[in-house]
Amino acid sequence: MKKHLPAVVLAVALLLLWQIIAMLLNAAYILPSPAQIAAKLWELREPLFLVHLPATMRVTSVGLLISIVLGVGLAIAMDWNEKLRRALYPVIVASQTIPTTAIAPLFILWFGYSIWSKVLVTILITFFPIAITVFDGFQATKREMEELLDTYGATKGEIFCKLKLPTALPHFFSAIKMAIPMSVIGAAIAEWLGAQEGLGYFSKRMMSQLDGAGVFAPVVLLSIVAMLAVSVITVIEHKCIHWRKEI
Amino acid sequence: MLRFENVSFCYAQDDISMMEHLHFEVQDGEFASIIGASGCGKSTIFRLINGLEKLQEGSITVDGKPVQELKHYSAFMPQKDLLFPWRTIEKNICLPLEIAKVPKAEQEQRCQEVLAQVGLTEYRKKYPKDLSGGMKQRVAFARTLLSGADLLLLDEPFSALDYLTRVDMQEWLLRQWSHYHKTILFITHDVEEAIFLSKTIFIIQDRPFSEMERVEVPLAYPRNREDLKRPDIVELKECLIKKLRRSVTL
Repeated sequence: MKKHLPAVVLAVALLLLWQIIAMLLNAAYILPSPAQIAAKLWELREPLFLVHLPATMRVTSVGLLISIVLGVGLAIAMDWNEKLRRALYPVIVASQTIPTTAIAPLFILWFGYSIWSKVLVTILITFFPIAITVFDGFQATKREMEELLDTYGATKGEIFCKLKLPTALPHFFSAIKMAIPMSVIGAAIAEWLGAQEGLGYFSKRMMSQLDGAGVFAPVVLLSIVAMLAVSVITVIEHKCIHWRKEI
Repeated sequence: MLRFENVSFCYAQDDISMMEHLHFEVQDGEFASIIGASGCGKSTIFRLINGLEKLQEGSITVDGKPVQELKHYSAFMPQKDLLFPWRTIEKNICLPLEIAKVPKAEQEQRCQEVLAQVGLTEYRKKYPKDLSGGMKQRVAFARTLLSGADLLLLDEPFSALDYLTRVDMQEWLLRQWSHYHKTILFITHDVEEAIFLSKTIFIIQDRPFSEMERVEVPLAYPRNREDLKRPDIVELKECLIKKLRRSVTL
């Protein structure tokens, strides 16, 4: 608990500062105070927790899952074959230059208001850090270790399973921790642009009603969920890779 | 046991060959060391034997057969222990057996035997991070043994250890060698280490080299540290150092 103290102190100080400024400004439609946001969260708990949060979580989890499969798959392909790497790497990088927010409305034309238009935005935003980070993990394998396995007569597949996968595991966890907040942002942006439910959609609806606290409430909820998810992954990571510092 | 005949080799990025028409031979059960300055090609000899570098000219044979046609004929132990931090000591040692598809029960049994021999039975469920430098090298040696090869290639295995641990490990290695009756080819740049351990010392002086001077150490096994103080051994040590210093260009 002691190691979290500086973060808690800073967070409380910032919240207090925010509260004071908001009270001085006294214009909740521009800057609602943390207390007003908390009150709004409580007031709107039913639609937020029972309708919109589950909708956003569906998009986030489906998008993240597909991104992990796609990202790790691409990383394996690029590590396995030099030609594939040369072909795929520039395309993957180019995919990140697409202004996702600008073309997201197109996805709604393609997939309608179904979950898939939002999932596609989430995937476009999250698969890149996963693919690149996991690929770097495979590449971080020590050459001497690879040669040692080679002298034992190991096949390419054995070298991959016994050496490259464990070496890349810490990178994999870093990628997931990066991708979780990004996937939440992706889902919220997509919902903001066109949806019938979800926290992004809810926030936009509150915006049109000039309800500042209502705009912030779902955003705060999203942040809390993302932080919780990252903490869970961190706990799993510590359990899985106690040897991380040894690499 | 091991025979180099007419072997020439040059790295693609180098202008000068590493070795040209090299001949040398190591007898079955012999403990032979190769000494030479850094970058003279000691490790290249190992890389050629275990197939990490492709033979360009000449032939390397083990028990009369070309190494290209053989499997599991040599076991390599590098300078760093290269233990996998995510595997327990036991699992690290079993690695060559896993790759050779040895049945699980046999893997366990052979692992127990070798762990008992290197004196690390109680550490079998521990991870490399729980062991000292000397212990890790003992585990790496156990793993090398379990590859089942009769020819062990040890590339400066003790150079990263502190002096006292190194001295202990040298004595320990000689005990292991007399227990397992393996042929050992040992790379070092420490002349005293080479004299204490080996029956034969090969010296690399030039580059490219076509022969390695072969020196027999006039000491019987088992050896002890006091032997190194004998006048003829001190003289041999001085003579070897002189030869090596001539080949070092600053």
